[in-house]
Amino acid sequence: MNGEDYAGLGDWTPEDLGVPGEVRPVVSAPATVLSRPGGEVDPTAEETVRLAADLVATMRVSPGCVGLAAPQIGVGAQVFAVDVTGHPKAATVHGTFVLCNATVVEASRWKVGREGCMSVPDLTGDVKRAGRLVVEGALPGTGKVVRLVTDAFEARALQHEIDHCAGLLFLDRVAGAHAIYQRKVYL
Amino acid sequence: MNELAITVIGRDRPGIVADVAEVLARLGANLTDSTMTRLRGHFAMTLICVGPAAADVEAALAPLAGDGQLLATVRAVTPDGESSRTGEPYVMAVHGADRMGIVAAMTRVLADAGGNVTDLSTRLAGSLYVVVAEVDLPPGTAEKVAARLASTAADLGVDVTLRPADPDVL
Repeated sequence: MNGEDYAGLGDWTPEDLGVPGEVRPVVSAPATVLSRPGGEVDPTAEETVRLAADLVATMRVSPGCVGLAAPQIGVGAQVFAVDVTGHPKAATVHGTFVLCNATVVEASRWKVGREGCMSVPDLTGDVKRAGRLVVEGALPGTGKVVRLVTDAFEARALQHEIDHCAGLLFLDRVAGAHAIYQRKVYL
Repeated sequence: MNELAITVIGRDRPGIVADVAEVLARLGANLTDSTMTRLRGHFAMTLICVGPAAADVEAALAPLAGDGQLLATVRAVTPDGESSRTGEPYVMAVHGADRMGIVAAMTRVLADAGGNVTDLSTRLAGSLYVVVAEVDLPPGTAEKVAARLASTAADLGVDVTLRPADPDVL
């Protein structure tokens, strides 16, 4: 089994959404919307397409942001955008894409790595994630179900975003009592 | 051989570890287990060492505390025999809006279940409070403990997860 056996993204780009995205404010923890599982969406619905465009627009204006999930802009829905293009820890890169109702099909090669989150701006943490991942989800607009095979940093980003859609933060998966780090130093 | 429990805490500045460690080395105190970390601008050292008498260490550390910026305590403790861990190791993560009593309520649930907290840290970042505890639970109790934690967390308006600690040994 390899990547070629799956229907991947094809030539999908955010421009296929056909609507301009609006930059939305990003919600910070503690916030209820970040802690509740998001609902499944109809990927072909107009509101889902608009949500997808907003996620891409908000992700693009946020420095260092490699992924953004709907709960982070206040919407309890299983939709997220990812783009790890140019990241030094990325290997396989699928560019900018949005998935709806995504699930992990296969996960292996678990590895601990440091990650942060726009919704937890002051902390980072060490989290064990699969370094090789198969994810299935629907593209917004067409609703076409795709399977992505990825690895390294893109795999980590996907797991982080799928967690958001399930109401989980990286804080829920930290490796131990000394695996959380403060970004700001209080003196 | 004396076993001593020493704590040093004070406003953070460069050189606290070196100053304290030098005093201990000079007295022939062998530093065994320790944690030393900065907590919101204060530097805190907790350590166990073996060697000299408690009174000698206390006297040697006194000059460091002379300016009132450092507080040091020394007490003799009874060495514990090695005991093997019988519990199952879990990691409890709690996060939510800061409020009084989160650590108290959540650790009480663990204690009532016979759980032994082996490591714990908390962070306050803005209004977000985070607790991560490593706990040894009596075998077979994790599911019940998780349910009780969830119920207590709901009362407090915070989120909790209980996961098996990473068992990998390399």
